[in-house]
Amino acid sequence: MPHNAKSSDNAGLNVAVLVSVGRHPLTARARRADQDARAVEMALTLSGAAVRLVHASVDDSDNEAALRSYLGMGIGEVNLIKQASGADVVPALVTSLRDMAPQLVLTGTRAETGEGSGLVPYLLSEALGWPVISGLAAVESIEQGVATVLQALPRGKRRRLRVRLPAIATVDSSAPAARQSAFGPARRGEFDTYACASVMDELQAKWQVQPARKRPKRLKIVKSSSARDRFKAAAAKAESGGGQLLSDVSPEQGAEAIFALLKEEGVLR
Amino acid sequence: MSDIIRRDPRKEWIARNRLHPEHLEVLAELGGGASPSEWMGPNGLTRRNPHAVGFIGPNGIKRIDRSGAQQAANQPGSRQAQPKDTRRRVEIETPAFMVAVVPDLPGGRLSSHDRDLLGLARQLADADAERPGAVLAVIFGEHKESVFGEAGVDRLLHMDGEEFSGYLPEVRIAALQSVERELAPRYWLLPDSPLGGAELGRRLAVRLGERPATQVWQVEADADSDTGWRCTARGAAGTSDITRAMPRVALALAECAEPVSETRHAAQPVELTQALPEVLGRIEDMGEVAVDPASVALAEAEFILSAGNGVKDWDGYHHAAQVLGATEGASRVAVDDGFMPRDRQVGATGTWVSARVYVAVGISGAIQHLQGIQSCDKVVAINLNEGCDMVKRADLAVIGDAGEILAALVARIERYREQQQENRDAA
Ligand SMILES: Cc1cc2nc3c(=O)[nH]c(=O)nc-3n(C[C@H](O)[C@H](O)[C@H](O)COP(=O)(O)OP(=O)(O)OC[C@H]3O[C@@H](n4cnc5c(N)ncnc54)[C@H](O)[C@@H]3O)c2cc1C
Repeated sequence: MPHNAKSSDNAGLNVAVLVSVGRHPLTARARRADQDARAVEMALTLSGAAVRLVHASVDDSDNEAALRSYLGMGIGEVNLIKQASGADVVPALVTSLRDMAPQLVLTGTRAETGEGSGLVPYLLSEALGWPVISGLAAVESIEQGVATVLQALPRGKRRRLRVRLPAIATVDSSAPAARQSAFGPARRGEFDTYACASVMDELQAKWQVQPARKRPKRLKIVKSSSARDRFKAAAAKAESGGGQLLSDVSPEQGAEAIFALLKEEGVLR
Repeated sequence: MSDIIRRDPRKEWIARNRLHPEHLEVLAELGGGASPSEWMGPNGLTRRNPHAVGFIGPNGIKRIDRSGAQQAANQPGSRQAQPKDTRRRVEIETPAFMVAVVPDLPGGRLSSHDRDLLGLARQLADADAERPGAVLAVIFGEHKESVFGEAGVDRLLHMDGEEFSGYLPEVRIAALQSVERELAPRYWLLPDSPLGGAELGRRLAVRLGERPATQVWQVEADADSDTGWRCTARGAAGTSDITRAMPRVALALAECAEPVSETRHAAQPVELTQALPEVLGRIEDMGEVAVDPASVALAEAEFILSAGNGVKDWDGYHHAAQVLGATEGASRVAVDDGFMPRDRQVGATGTWVSARVYVAVGISGAIQHLQGIQSCDKVVAINLNEGCDMVKRADLAVIGDAGEILAALVARIERYREQQQENRDAA
């Protein structure tokens, strides 16, 4: 791992990871949320950093096992913020993050239950006034209150960013996979529970939620008056699409044309 | 040519009368050489002579080309209707309200997701024919798109400048806030896509203090809701549907609406009257990091150099891929022959790729292969055979030997890199 080389000076770095209860996509059982677990993994690889897990729970009767599997990754305790059911957890998280004053807050990109809108990190950023970056792939170094990180972009690309701490970062599935959860530490870990005033989420109560319907497949509609055109479109094979054809050119001329296209498309680095 | 069909009944009569002394001349005149298989009858009905259809192929066998290409050539006076642009022009002078869209513009062009979103914006804007709204597209940085109007944009706000070229979400949000202040759009629509729309939309919604609907996939009129619209959004990692009143800010998934196809719009440029505020960004963009293209999954790769049976010099090909910084792909033949690993196969039984630029070297373009590159934007073919299907599919086809062209391309790019290096050293 590249960051291990420089991460010995992470001592004194406070990292808070916001964890939630996930839902297995097939069995629908409660589990540790995949992206949150990756966030925990990323925090744990910052050697020397103090990692705290924060979970604002609305009801945790059958979620304890799921939360314990975060503990099984090698962390002593989870800070549980008790909330009434149907509460908006953002105000409570803002209060507790203000108290905790971590330099770096890691979250998953989207929850696996509930609205799953992925707004929490942005709301926290606005409330706390800290910058937020999305799609963290790796933390390269943290020096003098400035973190150099790699952001994951679509198509496997990476972008290097420098961000002033304290900051919030979301982790998605392009981050390294989470380690397994060990049973013993998971049993031994503790919950540090405290209560916080709940703010009800009134808007959400008005929504109708139902299991996802299958989305209609888009049909290929051919708008044409003549049957021949419609048939041709339905049975379409390759037809010359007005592309440029260079025959009888020297390899150099051909290469020049390809080069111009590649440059125009911006795929050459 | 005028569209009016001018008929000469006398000539038609001669053409039908095989015994007429001028029959052959008239046939030649009407049918452009070959005997006509189709002509206009005296009552305006189309008459056909099935025996005259087709032509004699090289082996002396009669061939019938049903694609119509051949018949079209024989039509008297090429009366084939040219595909005419029948789309209605729409200009909205004084819009009752605005629907703002911030497209992703990956690679500087509207993606199909962007077009769907513009279709959704039109749905919202055109609901009341008496008081139509205008669709405002806000775009950042340079672009290569020329058909904003055909995608349904009435007003185009182009924010160009140094500060919008990189990844600076804070600057963009500040700019969008200025748009909100000056133009006050009724709705904000952004694509919920990893290309940037998802992030920008969430930032914008939070900054505007609106609770957005995310992952919206359907918007319907609903008299009961406050806004007159109801939207359905995916929740809980795609396992539930949330139906709610349409909020001001919505982040929509691909295929949330049909793209605009029947109308053309003005795409009139607009500008903000006030200068954009200076923003001190706390996130600094240090630029993209070079990743090893071989480590990128084929389905995700942006730039693929794909090799087929026409590649003879494999070392040269691998070298070219490395110099170009392209991910390697292959046709099935190249894989079956053991030149490329199986996980590099593109096509029906391999990987469906979504590259922006796909370079096919010595690939004939079998349908199984073409299926795999359906969603590629630009296809470049390097092939010896001018008539092969890959050349027909390609946006740029170079006819010639693959090895030589790749070598020339590598040389050209190395020269370019050297120049860049010199410029950098000079600077
Ligand atoms: C069920 C089934 C599934 C299949 N699935 C796939 C699939 O997923 N993917 C796939 O790719 N194929 C698939 N195929 C195979 C497919 O039908 C074709 O056989 C294959 O794609 C042809 O590969 P090719 O274009 O590399 O070879 P060829 O058809 O041999 O074409 C070689 C091309 O290279 C050109 N050429 C030759 N020499 C040179 C030179 N020196 N310089 C430049 N050009 C040169 C030739 O003009 C020709 O166009 C499938 C077939 C079946 C039956």
